[in-house]
Amino acid sequence: MKQSKYKGWLYLLPAILFLGIFMVYPLIDVVVYSFEEGYNFVSQTSNGTGLYNYRYVLRDPYFVQALKNTFVLVIITVPVSTGLALLISLALSSVKPLRNLFQTVYFLPYVTNTLAVGLVFMVLFKKTEYTDGMVNLLIRFFGGSSVDFIDGPHWAKMLVMCIYTVWIVLPFKILILTSALASVKEDYYRAARVDGTRPSRIFYRITLPMISPMIFYLIITGFIGAFKAYSDEVALFGTDLNSAGMNTMVGYIYDMLYGNSGGYPSFASAAALILFAVVFTITCINLMVSRNNVHY
Amino acid sequence: MADNEKELIPETVTAPEPAIASPIATQSEYDRIERAAKRRKIIRNALLYTFLTLCAIAVLFPFYWMLLTSFKTQSAYNNEVTPKFYVSEPTGANYKEAFTAVPLAGYFLNTLIYTVVTTALMMIVIVPAAFAFARMRFPGRNLVFSLFLSLMMIPSELVIITNYVTITSWNMRNTFAGLILPSVTSVFYIYLLKENFEQIPEELYKAAKVDGTSDFKYLLRVMVPIAKPTIVTITILKVIECWNAYVWPRLITDDRKRFLVSNGIQEIRQNGFGRDNIPAMMATVVVVSVPLIILFLVFRNKIMEGVSRGGTKG
Amino acid sequence: MKITLDHVTKRFPNRNKKIHEDVIAVNDFTFEILDGKLIGLLGPSGCGKSTTLNLISGLEMPSAGRIFFGDTDVTNLPAENRGVGLVFQNYALYPHLTVMDNITFPLGNLRGAEKLTKEQMRAKATEVAKLVQIGELMERRPSELSGGQQQRVAIARALVKMPSVLLLDEPLSNLDARLRLQTREELARIQRETGITTIFVTHDQEEAMSISDLIVVMKDGVIHQIGKPQEVYDSPCNLFVAKFLGTPPINVFEGCVRNGQVFIGEEAVLDVKLTGDAGAADSGDGSLPVWIGIRPEGFVPANDGRLTCALSKIEVMGRDTSVVSTHPSFVGTTIRSIIPSEDVTGIGGEIVRFRLKPSKVCLFDKTTEKTIGFEAR
Repeated sequence: MKQSKYKGWLYLLPAILFLGIFMVYPLIDVVVYSFEEGYNFVSQTSNGTGLYNYRYVLRDPYFVQALKNTFVLVIITVPVSTGLALLISLALSSVKPLRNLFQTVYFLPYVTNTLAVGLVFMVLFKKTEYTDGMVNLLIRFFGGSSVDFIDGPHWAKMLVMCIYTVWIVLPFKILILTSALASVKEDYYRAARVDGTRPSRIFYRITLPMISPMIFYLIITGFIGAFKAYSDEVALFGTDLNSAGMNTMVGYIYDMLYGNSGGYPSFASAAALILFAVVFTITCINLMVSRNNVHY
Repeated sequence: MADNEKELIPETVTAPEPAIASPIATQSEYDRIERAAKRRKIIRNALLYTFLTLCAIAVLFPFYWMLLTSFKTQSAYNNEVTPKFYVSEPTGANYKEAFTAVPLAGYFLNTLIYTVVTTALMMIVIVPAAFAFARMRFPGRNLVFSLFLSLMMIPSELVIITNYVTITSWNMRNTFAGLILPSVTSVFYIYLLKENFEQIPEELYKAAKVDGTSDFKYLLRVMVPIAKPTIVTITILKVIECWNAYVWPRLITDDRKRFLVSNGIQEIRQNGFGRDNIPAMMATVVVVSVPLIILFLVFRNKIMEGVSRGGTKG
Repeated sequence: MKITLDHVTKRFPNRNKKIHEDVIAVNDFTFEILDGKLIGLLGPSGCGKSTTLNLISGLEMPSAGRIFFGDTDVTNLPAENRGVGLVFQNYALYPHLTVMDNITFPLGNLRGAEKLTKEQMRAKATEVAKLVQIGELMERRPSELSGGQQQRVAIARALVKMPSVLLLDEPLSNLDARLRLQTREELARIQRETGITTIFVTHDQEEAMSISDLIVVMKDGVIHQIGKPQEVYDSPCNLFVAKFLGTPPINVFEGCVRNGQVFIGEEAVLDVKLTGDAGAADSGDGSLPVWIGIRPEGFVPANDGRLTCALSKIEVMGRDTSVVSTHPSFVGTTIRSIIPSEDVTGIGGEIVRFRLKPSKVCLFDKTTEKTIGFEAR
């Protein structure tokens, strides 16, 4: 009997091994790295411990740039994508014919390779010596002047980045909100209708409170996801994000680790921990706000 | 029966009484409200469908554009100062180019190997773990489970740095082992599967125990078949994840022979077909996108259900 | 407000897409509900009761026919403009609002000249809350209330805007037995006090009989009988209505009418004179096959009784006694007769003989199952 008492551990062993080596150990290690000063990758030695890595990272103009970009991305895309997803889901749930077709179409971006479709977006927005590109054609059609969205001014690049991010995250949000809306019992709406409730009042007093837990869930995960933005940017602007001025915090971490400016795991670790701290703080704030606003 | 009704009804129907004052008094006003309601409904539906269609176009347009461009010849594309929405002389040459000028087939094969092996290994790791958490009693179970749960909060960016160093020091750069090993476990999928296993009545387990079935046999013969829908869902989600993997492969491979499709695409973007052969690039993008889109269209319901379940529980 | 349904029909497309024929939920309804009455729509589940309610409320539009409120045609008027109060089977209370907010919710929809201030709304809500006796629960959330309390809140919410009609969908089905009894009295009281025309739907015949001014018995989308509860109970128009009303249910025997006598098996149990069409048919020598329905209280044990049954057991229930017996011609397994306890003495052995009360006996045509009128001789 004694032997079987510990048999559970046997079943857990592979998982514990993998998680231990590739998650728990790295978690401790990253903290250690972030305090080791002047760590040398080849000799794997350092010349002391301290906060130098953090000071360096926080003073690095590339990091500041990445931080700014990330915050702009978060502040713009989270509300826009959540709001748009809510609008689309509301529209979806108030029609019947073709609903499935629309749902399928809206979900498509979720299953595409972001790098691949990013390339298409680049082509759509890019201005080359041959052509101004599809989007500029539209802009000029409405009387504007063409802009190079990929190699042009910072605001234009930021705009493409936000548009692409929204395009990528919408499917998930639409899916979640549509099922949240479907789970609101029909009788509530019928009761409201019999009472002669205006559609706007039904929305604000019934629908919105009922789906508020899901909306807050989407906002929280949306914040976390947007803070971790990276591959969408690579898809649009190439791997050298620093020189494009479009780097994100995660991009900065990877660039510190590897690539043209790489080879500094200590700086990367410090940046990663700063990112974690920011995400953690914002998630806590979000949770606190949602606890005060979600009623049940 | 009909006869009976007719007999009975006259008893209850009495002479009409004078109209009682109602909130909305006149018939004409009622008719007006009726007409207005009908009109509102038509306008509402028109607006809704217009909005939904516009959104669908915004979603589909990039797909349309990549298909369209992939059939244009390079010279035709470059001569279009104003992009055209149709192809005058469709060509398949870009697809040939995609497979010959860059080792796209190799990227595909790599991605396939990476996806299959990672997913299979993950199943071998997570199924027993989920079973242990769901059904087995052993000292320290709750403690380990809480630790597992807390690992779900850890962003991959935190651990990737050390993993990079680890794999490099194991001399596993540019190998499949280096690509696969860190992607094998997922705490979240263990959690999802454990929840599903727990819904299977415990009586089945007890009955099997009484019959002398070993735990392992029970897991394979009873639990796994019953939980098959969840296992399929997890598999599909993991396949999508693997197919689109970019960050880790980028860190760990710099040899084209080991590139996955995402890295291949990126490589092509930077210095593929000579930078300006956009049609060939689009052909590549189509080839890369098609497998997942087919997978999605076939397993549409499973995928959407899996994603929303994964989403609401995560 | 008087409500008139004039040849109202409602069809739904079949859920099973392979069958293209529509499902007819309500078939050619015509009836009139007088102002200030309490009407019970009664029928087995799936008979179209709830659809009828939805048609009156405007949540669904009829496929054919007209609906009038008073003399005004409201057939295609949307629900929001009809001014009806509707209580749902599961109450549909908004879980995120307090009882007070739930009750004032309909008042918040009023606009323009009818718009009320917060105080006016609260005053009205308090008033109805007093009527349904939930005054002390106003600040709670629905999840903190018992089923019966939720029910009252739902009624209060429907009543607060003083609707011209109050509609209740299975109002008691979610309550436990004891509460159901109490609540149904309460419903009748509230209806009396407000004088609002009230229609409620139920599958429980006892519920419908006990409080309705008028009951409408339905089956498969067709009205079978409309009338005062006692009338419908005493003279059901067909076998279905007879079986559906009354607990214990009516006892049905197979038999025939021959030469002015009702036969069960070989025993002539009742002397009758048939009236109407059947009376003419019986004038000949032929025998007319019938179903014979006898209410449990229609049996009188008597030594000279003409119906002989095999006694199974006697169940004492206090005031009454239930005598359980069998008979070869009986449809079903056991005959259940209810007899005042003081008359039971003398019953015993293997056989029990009954005399029948003619007023508690109904005859139905064997094939059409329609009632055959008769007079006792």
